[in-house]
Amino acid sequence: MNLDIAEQKKLVVIAIKEERLDAHNATDLKSELLALFEQGKKNILINLQDVRFIDSSGLGALVSGFKNAITNQGSLKLAGLQPQVKSMFELTRLHRVFDIYPTAADVPELP
Amino acid sequence: MNKNRIEIDIKIPNQTRYLRLIGKIGEELAIGLNEYSGNCNTLAYYINLVITESVINTITHANACDPDKMVHLSIGIEHDELVIRVFDEGEGFDINNVPPPDFEGLEEGGRGVFLIRAIMDSVNYRKMGTENVLEMRKSLKNK
Repeated sequence: MNLDIAEQKKLVVIAIKEERLDAHNATDLKSELLALFEQGKKNILINLQDVRFIDSSGLGALVSGFKNAITNQGSLKLAGLQPQVKSMFELTRLHRVFDIYPTAADVPELP
Repeated sequence: MNKNRIEIDIKIPNQTRYLRLIGKIGEELAIGLNEYSGNCNTLAYYINLVITESVINTITHANACDPDKMVHLSIGIEHDELVIRVFDEGEGFDINNVPPPDFEGLEEGGRGVFLIRAIMDSVNYRKMGTENVLEMRKSLKNK
C-alpha cells in the first residue's frame, strides 16, 4: 500500500496515496498503524484526500487504529474526506467517533 | 431479449486484488444509466460498494480465502431495477440473522451486510440447486 508518512512535531501524518481503502489493503494500514504505536508514536493524523472509495474493511482498519490510539493515551484524527467517503462514515455513524477535519492544515497543533 | 435488459456475467479468482476491477465494472454500468432518476455518481459509488462488500464476504466466508477458487457474480438491469447476484457453493448462512452493527461500541467488523441493506431496496440469500445466491436489487425509479 502506498503511504506517505511524515512527522510534524508530535503528530505523525499518514497520507494514504491510494484510490481505494478496501478489503485488499486495509490490513496493510492496520499493520502500519500498529508498528507506529509500537514505536511509541501515538498521535496520528490520517489524510484521506486521495481516497475516493472506502468499504467496511477500510472503516474497520481506521476503527482499529482509533482504539489502539486511545489505549495508548493518544489520538487518531482524520482529514480530507471526499464527500462519498464521508457519507460512509455517516451511514455507519462513525462520524460521531472520529475527529474529522476538512484538510490536514485545519488540524490544530498538539500542545 | 428485452432491449432494456443487460446482464454482465463475471468470474474472478477468489482474491481481493480483483475487487477494484469488479467494483469499477459496476460503477461504469451505473454511470451510463439514462433511466435513473437520482444522482448517477452516487449510485455508481453505492454499486461499487455493494459489489465489494458482497464479494469479500464470498471470498472470506463461502470460499474460505482459497485463492484457487472462483467467485461468480452477475450485474445487470432487469426492467427498472439494477440487480446484482453473487453465487457461492459454501455452506450458506441466514442473512436475516446477521445482527446490525453496535453503533455505540467500536467493533472493527460487522458493517458489510448493514451497508448492503442500507443501500439496496431488497436483499435475499437463498439456495438455488447446488449453489447459494445473494440477490440484491435497487429500483432505478422514484428515488
